[in-house]
Amino acid sequence: MAERSDTEEVKLLGMWASPFSRRIEVALTLKGVPYEFSEQDITNKSSLLLQLNPVYKMIPVLVHNGKPISESLVILEYIDDTWRNNPILPQDPCERATARFLAKLIDQQICVAAMKVVGKVGEERDAAVEATRDLLMFLEKELVGKDFFGGRSLGFVDIVATLVAFWLMRTEDLLGVKVVPVELFPEIHRWVKNLLGNDVIKKCIPPKDEHLAYIRARMDKLNLKSA
Amino acid sequence: MPHRSNVNASTCQNITFFSHTFTLTHPSVLDLKEIMPSGEVKLIGAWASPFVMRPRVALNLKSVPYEFLQETFGSKSELLLKSNPVHKKIPVLLHADKPVCESNIIVEYIDETWSSSGPSILPSHPYDRAMARFWAAYIDEKWFVALRNFLKAEGEEEKKAVVAQMEEGNALLEKAFIDCSKGKPFFNGDNIGYLDISLGSFLAWLRVTELAASHKLLDEAKTPSLCKWAELFCNDPAVKPVMPETAKLAEFAKKIFAKPQA
Repeated sequence: MAERSDTEEVKLLGMWASPFSRRIEVALTLKGVPYEFSEQDITNKSSLLLQLNPVYKMIPVLVHNGKPISESLVILEYIDDTWRNNPILPQDPCERATARFLAKLIDQQICVAAMKVVGKVGEERDAAVEATRDLLMFLEKELVGKDFFGGRSLGFVDIVATLVAFWLMRTEDLLGVKVVPVELFPEIHRWVKNLLGNDVIKKCIPPKDEHLAYIRARMDKLNLKSA
Repeated sequence: MPHRSNVNASTCQNITFFSHTFTLTHPSVLDLKEIMPSGEVKLIGAWASPFVMRPRVALNLKSVPYEFLQETFGSKSELLLKSNPVHKKIPVLLHADKPVCESNIIVEYIDETWSSSGPSILPSHPYDRAMARFWAAYIDEKWFVALRNFLKAEGEEEKKAVVAQMEEGNALLEKAFIDCSKGKPFFNGDNIGYLDISLGSFLAWLRVTELAASHKLLDEAKTPSLCKWAELFCNDPAVKPVMPETAKLAEFAKKIFAKPQA
């Protein structure tokens, strides 16, 4: 049971289809922290969002007892530091360093490479697919012999890597290119199955059909090729 | 003159090292569940790199002796490539031959591993920790990028635009300093900490850039708190031995920027 006072107020400014917003919902749900969700229109940013995140003007923003925190990885660590039950990061400093390293790899490299796959065509797309796969190999190797990146249960990297499982891999259907084929990434596929069997994940990821419809609409709007 | 230390064959012992990058939760030959952190500490780096300076300051704060393995500029040692196969970049900390990569991640690792030695590098309160991490990420992803762009900028228009970017960033950091320090001398309070190290590691390069461009990037009039902080940071005993001398760094900068770009 999460330790909390009755006066604690937790609010999350987020967006239903954003992987960065959803990962915060996973963390809060894992810890049993009740929160108020405020759906934001990212095409027409509210004055509240601009006031709470003046530096980046982006979701997610967690507001705890009136104090705002931005940047999803910073928020995840804040949640782990504040609510000590069901730890997200491992205890061992070396494992923590690896978890942080992989999270950064996912957000700063894999995510960027994957967006190039979406945004490019022809040879440039092939190169982007290749680059994404090279990076994903590091995740693949990390999963050997484990149910989750966190071991037997969900951890920091699992939460961050939902971006791979439910955004990158879901988009494959729309792109008509298998960026993450099971022949090359059997561990990642096994891990996705494990995620889908987890109640917190099932509760917190966007519903598939609506999600795909949203992505397709965005791709059409940006004149990107969709299958 | 940067030199390479003698690294013997047993240190580079085949794959145990490479596999540690991926299978750190598996039981290993090296037992890490010791109460007192033990094991040799080595740092792969280079004297001129601001990112390498960060773990050096952290190790000094914790009074942890380490062997500094300097990379030769322009080439990457086999040890580096094996220790950081993902990015192939310095710094890499080797603790009992287990590699830790990414400068800010290494600083947190040092703080957590040698927690009972020296002052805390990260603040203790979760919100203060979040602020320190937030601004450290901002510094690397935005502020430093603006500084690098300033170095590369050509022509008056481009330079003007980048200077405006830098000034905006500096104004944000000035306010962050006032919020984080709460009247104390450093971002971390009475002692230097994570955010001080994160920004302070760029001060030598900032000075070199100011000299080369004949343009003050950190202005006493606009950012008085940061300027005062910068002087205190540079004089900290954990910082002084590892802060590159401006003249030496300026010479080095001339050399590396003189090389034709591929």
